[in-house]
Formats: sequence, structure tokens, C-alpha cells
Amino acid sequence: MTELVLHAADVAKRFGSLEVLKGVSLDVTRGETVCIIGPSGSGKTTFIRCINHLEKIDGGRIEVNGQLIGYREKNGELVEDSARSIARQRTQIGMVFQRFNLFPHMTALQNVMEAPVRVLGQPKAGAETHAKSLLARVGLFEKRDVYPGKLSGGQQQRVAIARALAMKPALMLFDEPTSALDPEVIGEVLEVMAELVKDGVTMIVVTHEMGFAREAADRVVMMDDGQIIESAPPAQFFDAPTSERTKQFLSKIL
Amino acid sequence: MIAVFDWNTFWDRIFGVDGAFASALFTTIYIAVIAQILGVALGLLLAVMRTSRLRAAQWFSGLYVWVFRGTPVIVQIFFVYFGVNILFGVTVIPNSLNLGAFVLSGAAFAGILALGCNEGAYMREIIRAGIDSVDKGQLEAARSLGMTSRLAMRRVILPQAARVIVPPLGNEFNNMLKTTSLLFFIGVVELWGNAEIGYSQTFKPVEYFAAVAIWYLLLTTIWSLIQARIERRLSASDRDLGAPTLGSRIRDATSFSSRGRA
Repeated sequence: MTELVLHAADVAKRFGSLEVLKGVSLDVTRGETVCIIGPSGSGKTTFIRCINHLEKIDGGRIEVNGQLIGYREKNGELVEDSARSIARQRTQIGMVFQRFNLFPHMTALQNVMEAPVRVLGQPKAGAETHAKSLLARVGLFEKRDVYPGKLSGGQQQRVAIARALAMKPALMLFDEPTSALDPEVIGEVLEVMAELVKDGVTMIVVTHEMGFAREAADRVVMMDDGQIIESAPPAQFFDAPTSERTKQFLSKIL
Repeated sequence: MIAVFDWNTFWDRIFGVDGAFASALFTTIYIAVIAQILGVALGLLLAVMRTSRLRAAQWFSGLYVWVFRGTPVIVQIFFVYFGVNILFGVTVIPNSLNLGAFVLSGAAFAGILALGCNEGAYMREIIRAGIDSVDKGQLEAARSLGMTSRLAMRRVILPQAARVIVPPLGNEFNNMLKTTSLLFFIGVVELWGNAEIGYSQTFKPVEYFAAVAIWYLLLTTIWSLIQARIERRLSASDRDLGAPTLGSRIRDATSFSSRGRA
């Protein structure tokens, strides 16, 4: 049996009276890469933000590595977990944001070292060695002492990927990682992500990059109106989609 | 008869630092420094309380600012010095406080407390603006890395907020250096008190008051140089961001900012 890294069951989320997620279920196994596509407002970003509890869910449950996220069970009901415990759960989930969100007052190396040292309590020397190897892996070893403001968008996003990897997460979440980038640097970020796929990192990628989804994903998931309406391996997904909505969406963007 | 400006007295008040003057100068400086530190600590606490999940903490923070910004600092000084012991029925303000080598008078203690509490209200607003100026994505990034809100505040939010907080904080301390003069009303002999006493003994108001003004100017000038140094250090990563240059910051710091307090 393959090992489940993510188990999301019937996840519901409301913003006021607006239902953003209407029962989303998704299982991701170790080493799998899942791309989530769909029109804006379909809930795909909200869904991955729920996975590390940046958004509270209003129904259903999310488990990462078998551990309930954001909630604990009390007399058969789910109650929100303590802030400290949620923080601990997040250490096993890496997140890469659309707008990078690097810490501007720290160099690239300090950005990558920060959480391993301050959150996990790793000794500085070891964390630094690991951080340097991660920066080398994303091709930015030379830029380790540079502040984010001096880096291009593509370089910043690669540092952000290294920063998330530094926690050795069981699951990596990418929230439209190339949407805020200039076209000419999108490739370098996708290349780094494709490397991670090859290395067997378990990841969920919300993206509009259909080329990446087709080449790198094990499975492509289509979301629309707060629901998953299609989920299939890329070849089948792109060449023989079953739902009308998917066909319509693909015909518009391909 | 028109009195002639007595240059000898004037120069003597500036360069002829005697024991009483030195003690008054020292009093001004230590009261301003301790009261400012107290104000920053209180301001930080109140700013965090404002963002707390506890309703009571938010409410207290708002009430505090409302009261301390809405009443004159001279009233607060008198209230703390004369009113606090009566109000609480215990000795909060002692006659004097023996700190080993150094004895703090009850009036100076009350003065530090009053100025520090007053400053806390202004610092809360400044620190709040600093925290609010930090992009929301920063907190999300910190949380997604497993940081608790406390660690995120200390390592990610406040260091960035500091760039926004420090320039107005410097202006606050400039104000504080001057506002200490109000404490002469409760008998603390600081720079202004020393000049007042000298004037009342010699009836040479212009000489004494011009000299004391120059001393205040000297203190605030030295402070603005220190402030510029601090800001330059804080802006180490700024230079890479194309943030305000040192020159523009000094201009900001030395430009006129008026805020009637007393």
C-alpha cells in the first residue's frame, strides 16, 4: 500500500455567506506531484491555504502524514488546536507563495537558515551547511549573502523554495509560484520545481502553467466553483477530459 | 533703566559647569532616558494587547491611549506625584528610593513614571503604525515555517517595523528631553529648574534662559546625530531595496515637528 501524505476529506470553507470550498476531497501519496488548475475564484488557492491552516476550515478534515491539521478530536468533535500545536504541525508542510514573501531584512542564506535554527532549534553551523547546499540546489549559492531586494523575481522565488525545503517538509505546497514573475524568468523556477519532482518531493502545485502540469505532474486536478470536477493523469486529463467544464476550460487556455 | 545683556554670566552658564549644574544636567538625561525606555516597553505591550485575541486586552489598550493622550501631561505628573498614594492607599511613590550608590527622589521617581506612562500611549500608536506597515505576507510566510506568533513578531515583524518606528521614536525622545523640564513643577531640579533657581537669585532672566536653551539645543543635537547612526545601521538591507537614503532620513529627522504637549 502506498503511503498517504495528504488526506483531505470533504473540506468546506466559507467567507461570510460565500461558499468557497464545497466539500473538497483529495489524497496525495508520497512522492506524488499533483497540479491543481482551474479558473480564478474556483477555490484552488484557498484549498492549499487550508492544508497548512492559514485558513480555518468550516467542515471536513485534513490530515498530513496521518496527523489532523488545525484541529484535535474531543468527544468525537473537532475543536481548533492550540496555536503552538498548529505551529508544530506546519513545520512538516512547506509553502511557496505567489509573491515570494522572503524576509527582506535577511540575506538569502539567513532566510533559508532562519526557521531551522529558530523553530527547530538546529545548531547554526549545521543549518548553515544545509542552507548552502539548498541554495546550490536552486542555483543560487553565489547569491547567498545578497538581500532579497537585490534579487530578480525568479531568484527570489528560488530562494523561497530553498527556504521551505530547509524544514525537510513531508509536503510542499506551491501557490501559483510563477504568476507574479516576468515571463523570461518563469522557466528557471519551473526548472527547479521539475528537479524536485525528479527527487521525489511530494508536492501540490496550484498553477496556470499547463506545460509544467503536463510534463511534471503525476495527476492533474481541475477545480471549479469550490469543487474538484476532474482528476486524472496528465495525458488523460489533457487529451481526453471527461467533464464538459474541463473541456471548455482547456479549450480557452490551450 | 534698561538692563544690559551680561555676557559674562551668559558664558559662565554655558561653560562654567559647577556641581549643581552637572547634577541638573545628569537629572535631565537619566529621567529622559529611563522614561523613554519605559514608554517604549509600555507602547510595545499595549500594541501587542491591541492585536490580542482577548477582548479585555484590546479594550484596555484603547482606554489607555484615550486617557493618556487626552489629558495634559502636567496634570498626569501632578496626579502621579500627589494622587497615586492616596488613590491606591499604599505607598507607590516613596519619599526617596535608595538604589545603592544612587538615591532617587520621590519626585523624580513620580516624574519618570508619569512621563513614561504618557509616552507609552504615543509609542503604542507609533509601534502600531510600524507593525501595520509590514506586508501581511510576511506573517503568513513566518507562520508557514512553523513560527509561533511571538517568534514571528520578534524575528520577522518587529525588525521590519523598526525601520518605520525608529524615525518617529527619535523625535519622541527629542520631545522627552525637553518635556522633563515640566518636572520642576513637582520639585525635580533638572536643567530648567537649575536655570529657574539661578534666575530667581540674580534676576538675570535673559542670560540664564538663553544659556539653558543652548544646553537643550546641545542635547537634542547630540541625540539627532546618534539617531542618524542608529537609522543608518537599521537600513543595511534598505540600501538594497531602494528605501530612503540616509540624507533624506536626516532631513526628516531634523525637520520641524510640532506637537504641543504641556
